[in-house]
Amino acid sequence: MITNMPPPALIFILGAVLIPFIRGKAKAVYMLALPVVVFITLLNLPLGNSWIVEFWGYELILGRVDKLSLVFAYVFTIMAFLGVLFALHVKDNLQHVSGIVYVGSTLGVVLAGDFLSLYLFWEIMAVASTFLIIASRTKESREAGFRYILIHLIGGLFLLAGIVLYIQKTGTIAFDYIGLTGIESYLIFIGIALNAAAIPLHAWLPDAYPMGTPTSTVFLSAFTTKSAVYLLIRTFPGADILLVIGGLMVSLPIFYAVLENDIRRVLSYSLMNQVGFMLVGIGIGSELALNGAVAHAFCHIIYKALLFMAAGSVLQMTGKIKCTEIGGLYKTMPLTCLFCMVGAASISAFPLFSGFVSKSMIISASGHEQIFLIWLVLQFASTGVVDHAGIKVPFFTFFGHDSGIRAKEPPLNMLLAMGIAAALCVGLGVFYQPLYNLLPFPVHYEPYTGGHVVGQLQLLMFGALAFTLLILSGYYVPEVRSKNLDADWTYRKFGRFAYKVLDKGLNSLNRVSEGVLMGAVKGVVSFFKSATANVALFVSVNIWLALGYRDKRLEIKKNQLYNDIIEGTLPIGIGAAIAISFILLVYILT
Amino acid sequence: MKKELTIFDNPRNVKRLRMGFFVVLVLLLIAESFVEMHGYFSVEHFYGFYAVYGFISYVLLIFAAKVLRKIIMRKEDYYDH
Repeated sequence: MITNMPPPALIFILGAVLIPFIRGKAKAVYMLALPVVVFITLLNLPLGNSWIVEFWGYELILGRVDKLSLVFAYVFTIMAFLGVLFALHVKDNLQHVSGIVYVGSTLGVVLAGDFLSLYLFWEIMAVASTFLIIASRTKESREAGFRYILIHLIGGLFLLAGIVLYIQKTGTIAFDYIGLTGIESYLIFIGIALNAAAIPLHAWLPDAYPMGTPTSTVFLSAFTTKSAVYLLIRTFPGADILLVIGGLMVSLPIFYAVLENDIRRVLSYSLMNQVGFMLVGIGIGSELALNGAVAHAFCHIIYKALLFMAAGSVLQMTGKIKCTEIGGLYKTMPLTCLFCMVGAASISAFPLFSGFVSKSMIISASGHEQIFLIWLVLQFASTGVVDHAGIKVPFFTFFGHDSGIRAKEPPLNMLLAMGIAAALCVGLGVFYQPLYNLLPFPVHYEPYTGGHVVGQLQLLMFGALAFTLLILSGYYVPEVRSKNLDADWTYRKFGRFAYKVLDKGLNSLNRVSEGVLMGAVKGVVSFFKSATANVALFVSVNIWLALGYRDKRLEIKKNQLYNDIIEGTLPIGIGAAIAISFILLVYILT
Repeated sequence: MKKELTIFDNPRNVKRLRMGFFVVLVLLLIAESFVEMHGYFSVEHFYGFYAVYGFISYVLLIFAAKVLRKIIMRKEDYYDH
C-alpha cells in the first residue's frame, strides 16, 4: 500500500506546490500535515529498495531503505515538523515553499540508492536552501546567498565529475561503500565534504547561515550538513583523513565561536564543531563510532535547531542578535530562556540531556581504538562547547549586562516548537534506548555508568568554574563588534586583490587588445543581462498588475526584481529547473 | 504592565547561586572516590583528572582566543567596499 504513495521526497516537493494557493488555518494544517504524512509513510516502509524507476536504461532507486537511511529520514521528518511549526506565523510563501522543497530534496538524498537521483536532489537542495538565505531580502543576505550558491554549485560539479567517472569505471549508477581509492572517489569525497562544511571547505556556513530570517536559519541548520554526514557514513566509513578533518573541525571553530559577536554566527561555528564530532566518528569507523556518529547527528539536529529557534525568537522580538546589543532578556522572555538552556545543556552533553548519550559514544570509541590524541582533542573540544554554546549563548543573551530591552515572548507556535524540541532533548537523554534501537549496528553501550557521569560532570563544571573566575576577574574575552577573518577571505578579499594585481601588472600590455575585446563582451553581456531582466519584468509586472499592485508598491517590486536579476542574486539551478522555476514564480508573486 | 523576573538583580541571590555552584564542585570531587573510573587511558586514573583537564582546557581556550583575536579581528564593515 505504502509503495503506491509517492516517495517521501516527492510528497514534500509536490506538496509544496499547493502551499501558495491555500490560505489561513487550512494552510497551517496543510503544512503541518506534510511531515506527518511522510512520517507515517516512513514507518510503513519495507526494508530494501522501493520506487525503482527505469530511466534511459538506468535504474533509479528513489527508496533505498535500510536502518541507516531510515534513522536519518526519521529525524529529518521530525525536524521538518518542528521547522514548519516554528515558522507557521510567517506570511512569506517563498520561505514556506523553499523550506518544504529543501526538506523534500534532503529526504531524496537520504533515500537515493543511485547516483543520478542523488545528484538531482543534491542540486535542488542547494538551490532551495539559497532561497532560504536570501529570504531576509537584505543586501547582505543576497550577497551571502550568491556566494553560497556559487560554492555549492562548484561542490556539485566535483560531485558530478566524480559520479561520471564512477559510472564509467563500475558500469553502474548504484552506490554504497566507496572508500578512498581512485580519482573518482576523491572527487565524490570533496563534493560531499563541502556540504559537511569540512575544513577548509567550510567558510560558506558561518558566512551564509546567520543571514537567514529568524525562522529560515532553523531549517538551514538541520539538513545540508547532516545529509552530507549520512553520505559519508555510507560511502567513506573509516577514511583516515576524516580523523584529521574532524579533529580540526571540533577544535578550530570553537576559537571563532569564543570571539564572535553575532549569536547566530556563534551557533554556526558551533554547528561545525558538532559535525566535527560526527566526522571523527566516521573516521574511526568502528561499529560503536558509526553508531555514535548517527546518534549524535540525530540528537544534534534537534538541539541545534532548538538553539537556533531561541536565537531566532530573540532576533524576531528584539530585532537584535549581537552580544553587544542584547542581554538580560530572561526578565521578560523566561520561557525562551529556559528552552535555550535546555538546548545549551544538551549540546554541552550534560547527563540526562541528549548530547550526553550520543557524543559519549564517539569519545568512547576513540578510547576503545586507543587513539589518544583524538581522545584528548575531543575532551578539549567538549570543554569548548561548554564555553560558547553552553554558557556564552544563554549567558550573553538572557543574563549578562542588562541591555534594557524588555521584549515579549515570541508567538505561541514558536514557543510550542521550542517546547517540543526541548522535551525531545530531555526525552532522548533519559530514555535513550529507543534511539539506540534505531542505530545501524547493534548497541552494547551504557552511557550512565558512575565513572562516566562523574568524569563528564567534572569536565563541564570545572570548565564553568574557569568561566566564572575569568569573568569575575575581567579576563574573559570582551564582547566586541567585529568581523573575524575566516577562509572566505580567500574569495572575498584575496580574489579581488589578486585580480587587481594582475590587472595593474600584466594588463598594461593587454590594455589595447582588451579594450577592444572587453568592449564587445560588455556590450553582449549587458544586452543579455538587461534582456533577462526586461523579460522577467514584463512578465511579472503584468502579473502584479493583475493582482492589484499599483504605484509605490509596484515600483518597489520592480526595483527589487531588477536588482536581483542584474546582481545575479536569483540563482538559477542546473539540475533542478522544474522545482526552481516554481520557487522563482513564488518569489516573483510575493 | 507585565511583571518581570528580577531574581538576579538581587546580589544576594547571585551569591547564593555561586555558593551552590562551589558546593557542587566539591561534591563532584568527593564523588570520584565512590565510583570506578574505568578509563581507556592511564591518565584517567589520576584523581581529579577530568576536573583539572576541564579547567585548564577552558583557560587555554580563552587565552588562545584572545591571541587569535589580535590576528583575525577586523572592523565590522571590512568586506563592504
